Amino acid sequence: MSKNLKFAFRQTIPVLMGYLFIGVAFGLMLSDIGYHFLWAGFISIVVYAGSMQYLMVTLLSGGASLLFVLMMTLFVNGRHVFYGISMIEKFRDMGKRYPYMIFSLTDETYSLLGRTQVPATLDEQKVLFQISMLNHSYWVIGSLLGGLVGQLGAFNSTGIEFSMTAIFLAIVVEQWGEKKNRIPILIGIGCSLCFLLILGAEQFILPSLSLTVLIILLFGNKMRKGGEEVYD
Amino acid sequence: MIDIAHSLAIIAVVSITTFALRAAPFVIFGSKKKLSSGFTHLSTCLPPAIMATLVFYCLRNIDWYIGGKWLPEIICALLVVILHSWRKNILLSVAVGTISYMLMVQWLFA
Repeated sequence: MSKNLKFAFRQTIPVLMGYLFIGVAFGLMLSDIGYHFLWAGFISIVVYAGSMQYLMVTLLSGGASLLFVLMMTLFVNGRHVFYGISMIEKFRDMGKRYPYMIFSLTDETYSLLGRTQVPATLDEQKVLFQISMLNHSYWVIGSLLGGLVGQLGAFNSTGIEFSMTAIFLAIVVEQWGEKKNRIPILIGIGCSLCFLLILGAEQFILPSLSLTVLIILLFGNKMRKGGEEVYD
Repeated sequence: MIDIAHSLAIIAVVSITTFALRAAPFVIFGSKKKLSSGFTHLSTCLPPAIMATLVFYCLRNIDWYIGGKWLPEIICALLVVILHSWRKNILLSVAVGTISYMLMVQWLFA
C-alpha cells in the first residue's frame, strides 16, 4: 500500500464502521421491500447520500411521483449546498478528480476532509481523493452486504440507524475539545433548538442552517479572534 | 412486483438532484480567485455548527410523549458523549453506542 493510501485509510477508519453499519441497514431495508441486493449496491453507487437513501426505501415501496421525489430530495439534501462553500479552496486544483470530489461530498466525507491535515511529505490531492473513494466503497460494500443478508435470511437490524447519530455526536464531542469550535457548536445547537420548537422535526433543518450561515457571515471575524486559521 | 422503469426514474431524480445541490456552491463561487473573508469564516466555523445541527437532525423524531420511548435515544446519546470524552476513539464510541441502542430497542424497551 502506498504511503498516501495508508494515510488516507487511517483517516477513514472512523467512517469505515459507521458506513458499513448504515450501509448494511439500508441494504436490509431495501431487500425487505423486495429489491434484489444488486439494487442496493447500484443506488449506493449513483446516489450516495445516507438519510436520503433511507427515505428512498419509502419512496420506492410506495411508487412515489417524481415531483414528490424531487421535493423530498431538495428538502432532505438541501444542507449539502452549505458543504461546498468550505471546500472550494481545497478542491480548486483537483483537476480531473474535481467532479468526483463534489459528487462524493457526503456529511461524513465533508467532516473528514475538513479536519484532515495532510503531512507535507504526502500528495494532498491524492490523499483527499482516496479518502473520498474509500468512504464511498465502504458505503457500497455495506449496502451490498445488507441486501445479501436480507435476501438470505432473518437478522433483526432494528436500531442500527443509531450509528448515524453516534458518528455526528462523537465528532461534535471531539470538536468541542478545541476552544475555537465552541461558539460555532453553540450556534448550531441554538438555531436547531429554536427552529425545532417553531417549525417541528420535518422542517427545522434548512431554516436552522440558513440562520447559522447568516450569523457566521455577520459575526465570523469576532468568533475567530485568537483562534488559529485553518486556511491561509 | 417491482416497477423497474419507475424505480430507475426515482433513482435518477434523487441522484441528479443530490449532485446538483452538492455542485451549486462550486458553480456559483468556484471561479473566484480569492474568496471574501466572510466565506473564509464560513469554511472554518460552519463545519462544527453543521455537525451539531446534524445531531439534532438524527434525533428529530424522538417521541417525547409516549412513556419511555425516548429513553434509549437519550441514554445511548449520553453514553456516546461520555465514552468519547473519555476514550476519544470514534470507532469505539459508535460501536458501543449503536450496539447498546439495538439491544435496548429490541429487548429492554421492546
